[in-house]
Amino acid sequence: MVARVDLPKTARSGEVIRVRIAIQHPMETGFRFDISGRAVPKNVINLLICRYNGEEVFRAEMSSGIAANPLLQFYTIARASGDLVFEWVDDAGRRDTERAAIAVA
Amino acid sequence: MLSGLWAMAAGVARAQQPDPLAPLIQQITAGATVTVGRIKVVTPRLADNGHSVPMTLTVESPMTADDFVRSITLLSPRNPRPLMAKFMLGPHSGRAEVFTRVRLNGTQIVVAIAQLSDGSFWSGTAEVEVTESACLDAG
Repeated sequence: MVARVDLPKTARSGEVIRVRIAIQHPMETGFRFDISGRAVPKNVINLLICRYNGEEVFRAEMSSGIAANPLLQFYTIARASGDLVFEWVDDAGRRDTERAAIAVA
Repeated sequence: MLSGLWAMAAGVARAQQPDPLAPLIQQITAGATVTVGRIKVVTPRLADNGHSVPMTLTVESPMTADDFVRSITLLSPRNPRPLMAKFMLGPHSGRAEVFTRVRLNGTQIVVAIAQLSDGSFWSGTAEVEVTESACLDAG
């Protein structure tokens, strides 16, 4: 799965920063049929967790109500330099992670 | 004439239908009362298609250590799976705002429910007119 994270490279301590992640994923609803008439099984990213230096700062539990190639935007307080690590899993059991570094002055 | 009566009856039946989200909201809040307010759902009034509708959820909250938003749940009264997503926030969020893109199975009033750190529940709605549903196969 390809994912892109967008957050400022640097921030002042205590600043509220905007964090965005876009993940390439079909978010299959399970209601669709393929060209030969077979039902395409439901497969969505059901859980995404963002940890900032190991501490959980955001969690999203998703269903087929979230559009394909999910885009999530949220905020967090820049406390210390380090990594924001995103971890997610889909219904097929595929896990993936993505990380982005931030320098806090 | 007969079809006209039938349509009228259907209209009455629709008007008397209970809120399809009521049991789900009951489950989310464990029976606690939900007050209208403090959460705003911002979305285009008209969505050309339901496959990807941008939606911003904002809760009025100082987001301090003892007064913050715990979670925001996004519900759809017309989707085959009414529970679209649940977002967990905390005092480390700094700002109680989440943006995402949702699928909508037709014109409807989307409901968002926020749970605050004091255990209270607040709700907000947004009406979205969808000209092309996201569920063409499912109907």
